[in-house]
Amino acid sequence: MKFITLINISMRFLRVWQRNLIVYRENWKISFIPPALEPFFYLLAFGVGLSALVGTVHYEGSEISYLVFIAPALIAINIMNNAFFENTYASFVRMYYQKTFDAMMATPLSLQEIITGEIVWGATKSVVATVIMLAVISLFGLIRYPSGLLIIPLSFIGGIAFGSIGMYFTAIVSNIELFNLPVFLFITPMFLFSGTFFPLETMPGWAQDIAFIMPLTHIVNLTRSLSLGIVDASLLPGLCYFVIACFIFFPLAIHKMHRRLIK
Amino acid sequence: MMNGTRKNAAEKLPENPIIDARNLRKTFGDLVAVDNVSFRVYPGECFGILGPNGAGKTSTIRMIYGFSPMTGGTLKVFGLDVTQNARRIKSRIGVCQQENALDPDLRVQQNLEVFAGYFNMPLKDAQKQAQQLLKFIALDHRKDARATELSGGMMRRLVLARALINRPELLILDEPTTGLDPQSRHLVWERLGELQANGLTILLTTHNMDEAARLCDRLIIMDHGRILVEGKPLDLVRQYTGRDVIEVAEPDQQLRSLVLSRNLQHEDLGHRLIIYVDEGNALFREISKDYCREGCIMRMASLEDVFLKLTGRDLRE
Repeated sequence: MKFITLINISMRFLRVWQRNLIVYRENWKISFIPPALEPFFYLLAFGVGLSALVGTVHYEGSEISYLVFIAPALIAINIMNNAFFENTYASFVRMYYQKTFDAMMATPLSLQEIITGEIVWGATKSVVATVIMLAVISLFGLIRYPSGLLIIPLSFIGGIAFGSIGMYFTAIVSNIELFNLPVFLFITPMFLFSGTFFPLETMPGWAQDIAFIMPLTHIVNLTRSLSLGIVDASLLPGLCYFVIACFIFFPLAIHKMHRRLIK
Repeated sequence: MMNGTRKNAAEKLPENPIIDARNLRKTFGDLVAVDNVSFRVYPGECFGILGPNGAGKTSTIRMIYGFSPMTGGTLKVFGLDVTQNARRIKSRIGVCQQENALDPDLRVQQNLEVFAGYFNMPLKDAQKQAQQLLKFIALDHRKDARATELSGGMMRRLVLARALINRPELLILDEPTTGLDPQSRHLVWERLGELQANGLTILLTTHNMDEAARLCDRLIIMDHGRILVEGKPLDLVRQYTGRDVIEVAEPDQQLRSLVLSRNLQHEDLGHRLIIYVDEGNALFREISKDYCREGCIMRMASLEDVFLKLTGRDLRE
């Protein structure tokens, strides 16, 4: 089968995005709670508890407090989780159980627009979570500005990448239980071993190599740099990584969805 | 009542067809779901596709509303080739899919307004149209209910309203009343009748013969992906079964030989003998006098008789 083109995408994908926004607004107060509370819990547990043991961390040639070290990682993890879980479990429910995509496909919307709208929506959730977390973490004075503001557009790019990866899995799993596989083989290891809670350098070389392939590592590095006020060429490899990831997984997700839904 | 307008619509043929399907084919791997099907639907008509489960009805209409690509043949809707103009065609049709597929995350009126958004309708217009349609299907009192709180009949009506939100020129219904209670079914039929009287072209699939006989100007009966017959409901009944049907329970050998000797059209189901005749009064008197052991009835032939005769009585699963 030929590789599906992306040409069939118009701005109409925003209508799909808008549909999700309307649903989200119905219970936004509840949706806002996790990203607002999560940093409190983590900063409390790690800051008060673990910080006493760890003290400072050696990072990029300087000593920083453990809280300053993990705070950006919390944001990075949320960028990953919001987009990935939105475009796996939530998208799967809409596609498989609610037949929302089927109904949309009887309208002028194309499949490409439906999937694009879903992925952009997942990225939007990453952005919303990022803005809330930035606000909360900034109360502790753990983010440098103005460079910290760049984390917001970064969260969108990261959200597109993680959402596309999630949507790829949504297109290939036969039932919702199977999402446990990517979650436990991909998301959870990344959550723990991507330089999130301890520096990569403390791991053996082979583990560092694996971590270097993983997307979360790069978004943790980028978020951390921006939080520390570092805006220079050292950001470029990480950014390139995400742009490339988007260019691979976004068309791949649409291709696989096309194979799944167009019969 | 609306029969007048319907006749007129049917008599205006032929003009440019709304749907022009020629040698339509759809295969899924080795399975041939639709096998060289050709038919035309003209403006203002209600056209039915009948057939048992797996006959290819849904596959056929899914190609028409651009849901699934065709394997072969040519298909024009509004004179436009579906392979080239899917988006333009889809913006001019309304579809009621078999599964309700309402948006359970949205409220009743939101379901209509959000759907209107998929057609790029301006919000003001969408709201106005949504309110009118909710009145039309008698659901305006539930406009703020969650779609999931509705009964089956209400959901179906809402799906119908949703299919009309873009003011379509062609309405496609896949088994519109399957699983509905009689009240809801009749309301849907009434509304479809009104829509047709206003000039809307309707394409529907069904295996409810009453529905087909009541709504359709013309229909095709499909089985195994092919068209068995095409025609007006009454003509088909006349042509394939005659006017009257006599059913005899537990027929004896004498009756069987009588039927054979007179060369009567019949079906022998073992415990039941079904005889099709044009004028059944005399025969029925004779049968009830001499051959009726366990009960016998005479009734008008219906589309269901034609359907069973053509597609057989084997179960389809």
